[in-house]
Amino acid sequence: MSRFEICFSGSGGQGLITAGKIFGEAVALHTNKHVVQTQSYGPESRGGASRSEVVISDEPIYYPKITRLDLLLALTQESVKKYLSNLKEGGILIIDPFGVKAVPSGNFKTYSIPVTLTSKHELGRAIFGNILALGAIAAITKIISIEALESSVLPNVPERFREDNRKALALGFKLGAEAAK
Amino acid sequence: MIFPFPGKPKEVKFILGNEACVEAAIAAGCRFFAGYPITPSTEIAEGMAKALPRIGGTFIQMEDEIASLGAVIGASICGLKALTATSGPGFSLKQEHIGYAALTEIPCVIVNVMRGGPSTGLPTLPAQGDVMQARWGTHGDHPAIVLSPSSVKEYYELTIKAFNLSEKFRTPVILLPDEVIAHTREKLEIPENIKIVDRKKPPANVDKKNYRPYAVSRDDEVPVIPNFGEGFRFNITGLIHDDSGFPSNAPEITQSTLMRLHKKIAAGYGEIKGIEVDLPRGAEVAVLSYGASFRSAAQAAKDAQVGLVKLTTLFPFPDKEVKELAQKVKTIIVVEMNLGQLIGEVERAAGGLAKIAGVNIANGLLITPDVIREKIRACQKKT
Repeated sequence: MSRFEICFSGSGGQGLITAGKIFGEAVALHTNKHVVQTQSYGPESRGGASRSEVVISDEPIYYPKITRLDLLLALTQESVKKYLSNLKEGGILIIDPFGVKAVPSGNFKTYSIPVTLTSKHELGRAIFGNILALGAIAAITKIISIEALESSVLPNVPERFREDNRKALALGFKLGAEAAK
Repeated sequence: MIFPFPGKPKEVKFILGNEACVEAAIAAGCRFFAGYPITPSTEIAEGMAKALPRIGGTFIQMEDEIASLGAVIGASICGLKALTATSGPGFSLKQEHIGYAALTEIPCVIVNVMRGGPSTGLPTLPAQGDVMQARWGTHGDHPAIVLSPSSVKEYYELTIKAFNLSEKFRTPVILLPDEVIAHTREKLEIPENIKIVDRKKPPANVDKKNYRPYAVSRDDEVPVIPNFGEGFRFNITGLIHDDSGFPSNAPEITQSTLMRLHKKIAAGYGEIKGIEVDLPRGAEVAVLSYGASFRSAAQAAKDAQVGLVKLTTLFPFPDKEVKELAQKVKTIIVVEMNLGQLIGEVERAAGGLAKIAGVNIANGLLITPDVIREKIRACQKKT
């Protein structure tokens, strides 16, 4: 694998940077691949745009930012608009239909994973959407096992919500596996 | 949240550059941090606040960055390895104390995580615009040691190096990452046997009442200054002083003191320097960079027939090595996220022996490899 590039994007407060950190950590600590995770945000602590990027490679990674995305996770319409042009031909687009009403079309494979609504209905709050998305990404790309991902999710979330997050990860994995069929 | 610091030897972590700095500071023996939070350095303060109280150290958030460095200097002269961390606006505030630490020869490490400037600038975006300020920000004739990491691993290693150099040469050391390296996560394996240097102490049987703290009887020009609280009677002042530590404005004392401060650093150049040159045979162009820009330069240089030069020690500047490089290539391209700062030093050192070109972008984004590739192609055409 020369470079596999993932961008987790959405609005500030949706946990995209945490998602990037968790994903990068899972790959870094459970595989022999080189991993770099970077992030970008404005000065606002909520709202605005937020993204984190993970680059995975068999070789040492020099340039740590994304060049041409293999996978774009976009939870809001704004983030689709901003980052879709970075997605390579034949890449993977994962959108959340709650935030992305106008689904773009093009030379990429689109998966619509309802992470926000599933989080609300199954777990009572929308806040687990980012973890659901991670589960879906694991199922769709098969880059990392759900067990490895779980071992990275749990220490990075508040202890009293670990069970909810574990459920979110499993639910997301299921959604992703269904969509990938 | 797992308490992250300090890691055990051989433990592998996936952590932020700023977190690696905290790991390394603790490993180097740092037991005092005073600072004021400022993006993108705040994770260092947060990490030190978590780590220090658990290992008998002290963390204090001071009222501003001036007081922070003041507290660090005070802690250091009492025997603690001390750290502060900030970004552009705070670094500007610290300049007077940096000069104070340089003249009084009190060890300390100052981290400045570079962000967009000037002024409040771009708090969450990277730049490399503080390079010449790190060299000359404080007034007067002072030498400077300035280190620049280009990866999480290097940030760890250079933090250790910063403390060691600061202790050995009794001087402030500035660690100058940029926001990209500070906020990038990479794998870090905690090393096993880290070499730690502690400041020299006066011999046991010495006359404590009449001790001359700034006397130098060794070739390395480094005085053996006691710590406060160990029974020695001496003075420390930011005025030019003789070897008793009391003020003097005698011309011969002034000249010799300033010369000694510079000689002290020059004599240690072998340990202080940090430059890696990879020059394939026949390469007519070399790309020189530091910090996150080096990552982009390395990506661009891959598969191009060019030399690649990484600086991890910006100052003292590698005059001799750059001159040697300029003798071997036709063009040196200097890549930095500013409008041209270190390039002036490269031009000076190269002394006209090679063309010097710059890739200078200061738009809050990491310079891309494509832009550097274009410049390489343009320079290769011209040679």
